[in-house]
Amino acid sequence: MTTDALTIGAGRYEEVERHDTVVTQTFGFWLYLMSDLIIFATLFATYVVFSHSYAGGPTGKELFELPYVLGETFLLLFSSVTYGLVMLAVHNGMKKWVLIGLAVTFLLGLGFVSMEVIEFHKLIVQGHGPDVSAFLSSYFTLVGTHGTHVTFGLIWMAVMIGQVAVKGLTSPVQSRLMRLSMFWHFLDIVWIGIFSIVYLMGVM
Amino acid sequence: MSQAAIDSVGASRGSLKSYLTGFVLSLILTAIPFALVMSGGWSASATLAVIFIAGIVQILAHLHYFLHLDTSSTARWNIVALLFTLVIMVLFVGGTIWILFNLYHRMM
Amino acid sequence: MFGKLSLSAIPYNEPITITAVAGAVLLGLVIMILITYYRKWTYLYKEWLTSLDHKKIGIMYIIIALVMLLRGFSDAILMRGQQAIAAGGALGYLSPDHFNQIFSAHGSIMIIFMAMPFLAGLMNIVVPQQIGARDVAFPFMNSLSLWLTAAGALLIMTSLGVGEFSKAGWSGYAPLSGIEFSPDVGVDYWIWALQIAGIGSTLTGINFIVTIMAMRAPGMTLMRLPLFVWTIFATMVLVVWAFPVLTAALAMLTLDRYLGLHFFTNTLGGNQMMYVNLFWTWAHPEVYILILPAFGVFSEVAATFSGKRLFGYRSMVWATAAITVLSFSVWMHHFFTMGASPNVNLFFGIATMLIAIPTGVKTFNWLFTMYRGRIRFDTPMYWTIGAIVTFAVGGTSGVLLAIPSANYVIHNSTFVIAHFHNTIIPGAVFGFFAGYYYWFPKAVGFRLKEDWGKRAFWCWLIGFLLAFVPLYVLGFMGMPRRMAFYANPAWHPYLLVAALGVAVISLGILFQVIQLLVSIRERRSLADPTGDPWDGRTLEWMTSSPPAVYNFAKIPVVDEIDAFMEMKEKGTAHSRPDKYNDIEMPKNAAHGLILGGLAFVLGFSLVWHVWWLAILAALGMLVTVIARSMDDDIHYVIPAAEVERIENERYRLLASVAK
Repeated sequence: MTTDALTIGAGRYEEVERHDTVVTQTFGFWLYLMSDLIIFATLFATYVVFSHSYAGGPTGKELFELPYVLGETFLLLFSSVTYGLVMLAVHNGMKKWVLIGLAVTFLLGLGFVSMEVIEFHKLIVQGHGPDVSAFLSSYFTLVGTHGTHVTFGLIWMAVMIGQVAVKGLTSPVQSRLMRLSMFWHFLDIVWIGIFSIVYLMGVM
Repeated sequence: MSQAAIDSVGASRGSLKSYLTGFVLSLILTAIPFALVMSGGWSASATLAVIFIAGIVQILAHLHYFLHLDTSSTARWNIVALLFTLVIMVLFVGGTIWILFNLYHRMM
Repeated sequence: MFGKLSLSAIPYNEPITITAVAGAVLLGLVIMILITYYRKWTYLYKEWLTSLDHKKIGIMYIIIALVMLLRGFSDAILMRGQQAIAAGGALGYLSPDHFNQIFSAHGSIMIIFMAMPFLAGLMNIVVPQQIGARDVAFPFMNSLSLWLTAAGALLIMTSLGVGEFSKAGWSGYAPLSGIEFSPDVGVDYWIWALQIAGIGSTLTGINFIVTIMAMRAPGMTLMRLPLFVWTIFATMVLVVWAFPVLTAALAMLTLDRYLGLHFFTNTLGGNQMMYVNLFWTWAHPEVYILILPAFGVFSEVAATFSGKRLFGYRSMVWATAAITVLSFSVWMHHFFTMGASPNVNLFFGIATMLIAIPTGVKTFNWLFTMYRGRIRFDTPMYWTIGAIVTFAVGGTSGVLLAIPSANYVIHNSTFVIAHFHNTIIPGAVFGFFAGYYYWFPKAVGFRLKEDWGKRAFWCWLIGFLLAFVPLYVLGFMGMPRRMAFYANPAWHPYLLVAALGVAVISLGILFQVIQLLVSIRERRSLADPTGDPWDGRTLEWMTSSPPAVYNFAKIPVVDEIDAFMEMKEKGTAHSRPDKYNDIEMPKNAAHGLILGGLAFVLGFSLVWHVWWLAILAALGMLVTVIARSMDDDIHYVIPAAEVERIENERYRLLASVAK
């Protein structure tokens, strides 16, 4: 054993230790979003494989209503912009506007999810539920998984409204708002894929 | 309340201008494919091309204007991760579609 | 009220099963009584169960792995015993139903609950130390990952005594795994155990990528990382980008089973081939997840015990990167025979053969590291050399399987079984054992006795050869895998040899258990007072054994590869800093443990369709997460004076040894 003990002062050590928790948290969350992207990729691949497996049941052309989808799209897009405004308010330390912005975003997001629930409910009641064919299974699962993510985002948003109200714009709270912002924009990006591949292509 | 060393994705400062630019771009890039499909004016392949291109451009617009993704050093690893994800997605989704459609054609 | 659950779920009328359950329950009770008798519950809770210390989390992972090794190995004994008897008309002691559950449990346990926790444990103990960090990037998430893994393991263990396990193999192919052909709870246990543990693994993946990217000591550039860290980094990349596919595939199977959807059913458009495709898209990267950390261990051990720097560092890094990327492009070789065209098979066959190249590069680099080194044949080196030699055969049998036309002959035969055990056992398991022997003193403060370790190694090596070489032959003779009984008497002698092999391995495991007990008893004479029992080359050997909770009192500045060896050669290895600083460390937290417990309840209630309990458990998990996020007081500070006291104690010990 050749450990050379007790030599004083000869080694080099880091003098000031850095604490970039926000950077690591943001990067870590980005990696989580990448893993989520793979989940959606799997669901998209499945949807494409089953895109014509109607099993004698209805096709997308028969079921999808584009004006309705356009409405959902605008709700989600607007909510992305309002969240962007929330982040501006956060950077400027404007707690009141953060709360208002979060509330507006929440309502827009809730509107999106409600529209989706109504759409799903209608289809199921009409006998076009996910258990009818592989096509419908993959449709409901892909779109439903996105909607579930949005719902979790809404729960997170509600919690953040609470945290901002109670704790103010502390560093951990800001960091969480940042990650929620990434999550929210990511979901809008996935929705672009959904309305393009599922709805627009489905209706053609 | 401290402005921690904020220097990576989502954390870099957006400005009102970037959010509004992204918003307007997204509106346009949404309206075009929807209008095209709903009117049924163009051929199938042309419409498909527009849907794809509009979609990709809108995604890029979101990534840049909303998620503040750029080539600066702070966002670099995020871009690497994203590009890697894209590579994997192409391999996986492309491979899956190739395999399954190949099987379908040989068996149906 | 209790869904499908009733007392009839307990297998009273299956003697082997109920004996195993009784034994396990008894053992559990004995352990709990002992803990109570010695009044260790508070200690256990405060020091271990709620700890966010990566070193302790790592040890707990390894404990899970070793316990599950015993369980998975019991399955192996049962199978080898059965196949040794059930020849030419004899039916053996296991019904086909039971046999099918056993091979399904064996594979699921060994891969997900033995190998994965083992590598998670090794990397948890070692990686932060090797990069000169105090902890991982997200200590709480680390604890959560551990307890989610434990929840999955507990779920699979519960399936033995309450209900049954899946009969559809560790791969769970549809339509057999669908609700029509497996209406029982077995497949559901399999789904939820894998799903819950899978989330834990994905979180670990994110954690360690960020740790390695963001928390390295100053001067430790990526090209100065120890090879083990590189392989863990590559492994974690595989985890984060492959596990989501499993999550989605299992979710779709779940929807089919629970809500009657049609992803993988026989009718209404379902396509079982899609399941196979999705499963292997995950499962192929998974096998590289298992092997890369072992490769990392070989690199560390070969260098340290040859007294030389690792040969070809750069090429090792590139080979690791190549394996990582390539492993996403070969998955179809698991189903060459499913009927795709020659072109499709050809693409994936060639891609598969390409992976052998970077693996070969690594193998040669290990050999060149040893060449002209001053080799010390301590136990880790035994495992490493035994691994390299034997794994090479397994890899080669893989190249044979990679040829589609050959694959058509031997697909689904025991040749495949022999191939993957030949890579997993000498590759992954020997690698993990080498790591276990190598880093054991660092983790607990004393070495394991060498003699028992070497005896265990020989039993494992010889036992492995006896157990699996016959399976290669049997594969060529046409024996399919997963057979509970068989008519062809020509296979019988080979299966007898294989059974002998498993007996020899059992001896090896027994020796390892003895070794652990003896080493604990003689720990004072086996103590590692300096923290560097092997004349190590990397930074983890700079800390004490076991390290202080903060690992390094001051983070060292790194100049080169093999940073610690460089310091030793320059004479600066244990130089005292001029002054110490306060150190901030994460406080303990119970939330990870609670979330793991609730995850178990959630999984169990979903298996048995106890919906109200599932909803409660899910809500409980949500509330726990929110509660954790509301807590701002999650760190504590170790004052500089306390750090100095601890370090002075260490320097005293170092000085007394040096005399």
